[in-house]
Amino acid sequence: MSFETAGYLLMPVMPELVLALGAMALLMLGAYRGQGTTGLVTTLAVCLLILTGVLELMLPAGKVSTFGGSFIIDDFAKFLKILALIGSVATLVLSIEFLSDPSRRIFEYPILVLLSTLGMMVLISAGDLIALYLGLELMSLALYVVAASNRDNVKSTEAGLKYFVLGALSSGMLLYGASLIYGFTGTISFAGVAAATKTGSVGIVFGIVFLLAGLCFKVSAVPFHMWTPDVYEGAPTPVTAFFASAPKVAALAVFTRVTLTAFPGIMAQWQQIVVFVSIASMALGSFAAIGQKNIKRLMAYSSIGHMGFALVGLAAGTVEGAQGVLLYLAIYVAMTLGSFAIILAMKRNGQAVENISDFAGLSRTNPLLAFFFAMLLFSLAGIPPLAGFFAKFYVFIAAIKAGLFTLAVIGVVTSVVGAFYYLSIIKVMYFDEPLARIEPMRLELRTVLAVAGLFNLLFFVYPGPLVSVATAAAKSLF
Amino acid sequence: MTTWPVIFVVWFLPVVGTLLVYLLARGGDEAANRNARWIALWTTLIDFAVSLVLVWHFDPAQTDFQFVEKGSWLATGITYHMGVDGVSLPFVILTTALMPVCIIASWKSITQRVPEYMMAFLILETLMVGTFCALDLVLFYLFFEGGLIPMFLIIGVWGGPRRVYASFKFFLYTLLGSVLMLLAIMALYWNGNTTDIPTLMHTAVPRSLQTWAWLAFFASFAVKMPMWPVHTWLPDAHVEAPTAGSVILAAILLKMGGYGFLRFSLPMFPLASHDFAPLIYSLSVTAIIYTSLVALMQEDMKKLIAYSSVAHMGFVTMGIFAGTVQGVAGGVFQMISHGIVSGALFLCVGIVYDRMHTREIAAYGGLVNRMPLYAMVFMVFTMANVGLPGTSGFIGEFLTLLGTFKVSIPTAFFATTGVILSACYALWLYRKIIFGALVKPSLMTIKDMTLRECLTLFPLVALTILFGIYPKPVLDMSAASVQQLVSNYSTAISAVKAAALQ
Repeated sequence: MSFETAGYLLMPVMPELVLALGAMALLMLGAYRGQGTTGLVTTLAVCLLILTGVLELMLPAGKVSTFGGSFIIDDFAKFLKILALIGSVATLVLSIEFLSDPSRRIFEYPILVLLSTLGMMVLISAGDLIALYLGLELMSLALYVVAASNRDNVKSTEAGLKYFVLGALSSGMLLYGASLIYGFTGTISFAGVAAATKTGSVGIVFGIVFLLAGLCFKVSAVPFHMWTPDVYEGAPTPVTAFFASAPKVAALAVFTRVTLTAFPGIMAQWQQIVVFVSIASMALGSFAAIGQKNIKRLMAYSSIGHMGFALVGLAAGTVEGAQGVLLYLAIYVAMTLGSFAIILAMKRNGQAVENISDFAGLSRTNPLLAFFFAMLLFSLAGIPPLAGFFAKFYVFIAAIKAGLFTLAVIGVVTSVVGAFYYLSIIKVMYFDEPLARIEPMRLELRTVLAVAGLFNLLFFVYPGPLVSVATAAAKSLF
Repeated sequence: MTTWPVIFVVWFLPVVGTLLVYLLARGGDEAANRNARWIALWTTLIDFAVSLVLVWHFDPAQTDFQFVEKGSWLATGITYHMGVDGVSLPFVILTTALMPVCIIASWKSITQRVPEYMMAFLILETLMVGTFCALDLVLFYLFFEGGLIPMFLIIGVWGGPRRVYASFKFFLYTLLGSVLMLLAIMALYWNGNTTDIPTLMHTAVPRSLQTWAWLAFFASFAVKMPMWPVHTWLPDAHVEAPTAGSVILAAILLKMGGYGFLRFSLPMFPLASHDFAPLIYSLSVTAIIYTSLVALMQEDMKKLIAYSSVAHMGFVTMGIFAGTVQGVAGGVFQMISHGIVSGALFLCVGIVYDRMHTREIAAYGGLVNRMPLYAMVFMVFTMANVGLPGTSGFIGEFLTLLGTFKVSIPTAFFATTGVILSACYALWLYRKIIFGALVKPSLMTIKDMTLRECLTLFPLVALTILFGIYPKPVLDMSAASVQQLVSNYSTAISAVKAAALQ
């Protein structure tokens, strides 16, 4: 099998091509058949994503690059693409109910998710600064629109607009950083930049700062986190679940790839930035979440904190660190999707409830649901033997090996502070007097919750496979 | 030796029990509650019986770990590795032996959400047994920290009026101490490329790392133990927890701190342990004297016993860090004895609490007139708490004091005053509750212990007196391991001293 165009191999981009063409075909279907096809388009979109994932897995092993090194396929890319695809599939599944409402039959929604996923896949595989920007923009533009998909809701449109304006600003910064780097090294490919930056110069450092500022915005790391709580709260809940999972994976993936493959020679320079961003995110994520009343806002701060923890692994700048980041992302996605399945299930009298106080006494009215949520929250807090503990374990063990003791100590202490607000939700569910029963959970929510919840609960029994895949993926970067 | 994995069965059986409770005790009616109670009781009883197999086949002359189970798990160097030696086996047995007692003690007093309660206790048993058997640091940490989850729920769901405050304080205090230990575990992993405990015991740890790692482990175990001044979570947790929760807390969870010192601090960081011994002595002596005085001022029975626990744990830390055979053996014995005695004292408080729904000392008086059996049982445990010769409390305190006397006379001197102080508060409590005229109208109709309550307390009475006059079973079980530990410790210390002299 050898697909070629203009001398470039097409085989490595086969999954992306299939996804792009499929998304366009579905767009035609929706455009000609009207809003009634929303359900069908969603189902086909899920199938398309699964097909893309299968194709991704069938790609040859080892490192392959095409388009003159702009597009790289390695174990790292495959691992994260599969993870992003899982996030997208789960999002679409979680969105079924949202889209089934007659007033919200928007077939564009699944297509936008598909396009955004395409952007993520390009982003994850980016081998130079142009591909990075293309992927990032494709992902973000689709996300801006999805955030505002609840058109008649003021909060949702506000979220979309806010996200767009701030996102555009960050894209500008990223481009500025990229142009500085190009100007000082004369190349845009990561490998070329790495070869040209054996020693850092002021210009390069400026470039890195701007580039990382743009990326920090996408992973919602402090000090570029301000949009997160508002957008998370304003966007429709399935969209929030999407924001919290797949785009985070893609953005952190490219963060890791850029820092580790384009600037390995000047690690001391970017390490300071990553350490600062990581500490600030962990601290803000833990402290600011304490006062929250709305569960979606709380999850926003929680995700800020979690990105800080994931960056601890990156700060180490080693194979162990990259492995820690990968495992953190995988486990974080599972925990987040499980939690959002529960938040989506919180409905009373047909009305979705989002306040933490609405969870009161859930352990008596819906014991199993409360149990799973409690386990997910303990896991997010990093309590063993749940999966979240291992996520933190791998990033901190990398930080310790790299000698980043201060970072590690601050990190674990903020995780204790963070445990407080997770415990507060458990307290509401288990210790407080119950409210009325919530409506029965829909089948698709149950499925997502069961998969995510059991993964979270039983990860410790047989962690070997995921860990070894993550190790192989991390090694492919070095 | 046996051919089947006994330890796996002992720690895994409660998980099976949990699943059975979940599957068979549904519906939320009285029948479900009854099922849950019986399943939990039988599980813990069978588990106790299986754990006795360990005692039966245990070879006390061996210093190595026995009943070892190994399997690959997380990565190279981080494996599933379980086993017991003379130091850990007594704690395993203490755990499995007290669990049925706790289940019986909760038979009538827990009426809300019984299946969940039983599940929490069974999971807690799994985690406690796992903690004492784990021979891998990460595995140990998993069990050690995992125990927070069920205990948090037990205090918070079935606890008293200030349960939310107490459960949060318990959880966050313990977590903060433990996360620092986790970082030390990671540093040890990179030092020896393994977290296997038997291997690490023979791995040299650089002196600077010893100091930091010792402090990090200390942060965790001192909170768990608890040592003065980080003991303040304990009275709150004890007061709010349901009776069986207090029993487990006092009898087992506190012992994890002492066990940790014995298993990790002393063998792995002997130089740091030696350097920090004066710190431990001062904290222990402060704990013994200060918390005894605080106990004298308490108006709540459970709080008084909680403070006395802190004082008794002071003897344990003092004995362990004395680093002598008597001190360490006394520390182990004192922990086992305190596990029985303080657990039993909390059960005694639970008996009157179930009848009167108050724990205020002032609400009682003259109980001997209506509850002679109770007065007798309570007296045995009060005397054991004081450390009267003939009870198990005496052996532990005496041995730790003896061991410390060889190393630091001032420490031993001040610690001995604690024995007098403990007599003050324990006898004062006993006099207030049991003696005097029965004048309070609410007490006029109080009933003596029922058969169920006798069933929980009589075995503990027997053990307290048995170990008081014949401590050999426990001491023999741990003797070889303690000997080994102490000789390794003193070898490491004298090697450094010899090097310093040259």
